[in-house]
Amino acid sequence: MRITTEQVRYVAALSKLKLNEKEQQRMIEDMASIIAFADQLNELETGEIKPTAQTLGLFNVFREDESAPSYEREVMLANAPEKDDGCYLVPKLIE
Amino acid sequence: MKDFTVRELGRLLHGRELSALELTKIYLDRIAKTDAVIESFITVCEEQAIKAAQAADKRIASGEKGALLGIPVGIKDNICTSGVKTTCASKMLSNFVPPYDATVIKKLGQAGAVMLGKLNMDEFAMGSSTEKSYFKKTKNPHLLNCVPGGSSGGSAACVSAGLAPFALGSDTGGSIRQPASFCGTVGLKPTYGLVSRYGLVAFASSLDQIGCFTRDVYDCAIVLNHIAGHDAMDSTSAPFIVPDYTNGLTDGISGKRIGIPKQYLESGIQPEVREAVNKAAEYFEKAGAVCEECSLPLTKYALPAYYLISSAEASSNLARFDGVKYGFRAENCSNLSEMYETTRSLGFGEEVKRRIMLGTYALSSGYYDAYYKKAQQVRTLIQREFADNFKRFDILLTPTTPTTAFEFGEKADPVSMYMGDICTVAINIAGLPAINVPAGLDSRGKPVGIQLIAPPFCEQSLLKCAYAYEQTAGFGFLQPEFKEGI
Repeated sequence: MRITTEQVRYVAALSKLKLNEKEQQRMIEDMASIIAFADQLNELETGEIKPTAQTLGLFNVFREDESAPSYEREVMLANAPEKDDGCYLVPKLIE
Repeated sequence: MKDFTVRELGRLLHGRELSALELTKIYLDRIAKTDAVIESFITVCEEQAIKAAQAADKRIASGEKGALLGIPVGIKDNICTSGVKTTCASKMLSNFVPPYDATVIKKLGQAGAVMLGKLNMDEFAMGSSTEKSYFKKTKNPHLLNCVPGGSSGGSAACVSAGLAPFALGSDTGGSIRQPASFCGTVGLKPTYGLVSRYGLVAFASSLDQIGCFTRDVYDCAIVLNHIAGHDAMDSTSAPFIVPDYTNGLTDGISGKRIGIPKQYLESGIQPEVREAVNKAAEYFEKAGAVCEECSLPLTKYALPAYYLISSAEASSNLARFDGVKYGFRAENCSNLSEMYETTRSLGFGEEVKRRIMLGTYALSSGYYDAYYKKAQQVRTLIQREFADNFKRFDILLTPTTPTTAFEFGEKADPVSMYMGDICTVAINIAGLPAINVPAGLDSRGKPVGIQLIAPPFCEQSLLKCAYAYEQTAGFGFLQPEFKEGI
């Protein structure tokens, strides 16, 4: 299967990745070969087979809704690239 | 000092022949000398290790017993350690210091193990050679021009080179068993859900599992005793009562039924690896087991299914790395969207971007049914095929890897690198436990490994077989000829 430049650009935009010309070209080739490899699965008839998302078969793991202490704000902010006044700081959204 | 197993070190510590502090200093000294060559550690936490060793000595002095009390350990750098950098070998997390411990770290801490440092890996555990690390290329202690395997290559190399008596790693498609095979150590991937994933930086959540690298099978049982068990912090943790895995380990395997799936010995398998599996069958028969050929015809479909499922889950899991709350952030971005894109484009390496792209493609509108859903349906079929075989067999025996360790740069295109995972990925797809046991050296002096696979939660039976093989075959730990600090 052929992967087009438009497809790679579209998927990169969905993935929030910027690819330069060279990376884009390489990605077209790599994805085409990986997808061709994945197309082997079409040899199998899977009609009504139930998909498996997880092997344990656990379903709806609930716990009591009890309040408990959480981390201090400062601890959670310690890794933030930029912070201000107890909040995460990001580049301006609206002019 | 010669290299000791965890069990032997425990005897020395409890017999007061050696203090935990002395032991820790020996390992720190070895790391300082040898790791300049092997490059298995990303972070060495000397100060913290010495404090932990002193605390362990106090506990030993007060009469406390414990198989891991005072025993040094290395940890793969995708397992969160409070106050110690956890980088996932990525630029994206190169400065990330977790505010909490993963459950396995908490458990090891309670047992009194002494963490020496954090180990190298393929970036975000995506790779089979540890060449994809942002920081360094770890060498295979058996042949320094060869890769240690991956993604837990640092963990395998560290145990192989005697820089820690055991290490933790993670296995999503073979990332413990393949490097264990390449470096000649024991490597266990437990049943999905047996060991808590809380604090393991997620790659593919339905496949990831934490496990261990040890010098022998007995040690593996000891370590599993300490890391297994239900955890309320992980909603995919199994409510399973954990036995003592050392119990009955040495009882023998008389009457065990061992299946050898023929598809695992077909084309592309190095003759010496095939030979090791056939020899292993002879050893098992000698030990009283019954070996028989069996068939897993869906084997070849496990690899494409694995790459679709794991990449899809990765694309979702890695969406969190956006430069806002932690990790790397690109500078001089004029708006939020540009900041996200630039941060992710500069912060992730090539392989990670490739998997995010593939996963996003497989999940995108119009392709979801054809790729992601299809792969999950194939997953159901593969799981059933294993279950059918386990009606007739207690254990399955296969190679761990089609070939022994390859050289740096040898596998340049992604599909040829992926093909090397052919013997390991189906086990993650089906959520089964499996172990690599060393099976001697090939003609070029590289370790060969065999893989044993068991039904879910049958680690006791798995370890028993691995132990019987280890004892009968007599290879034991494959000591590299590598000299300290060359």
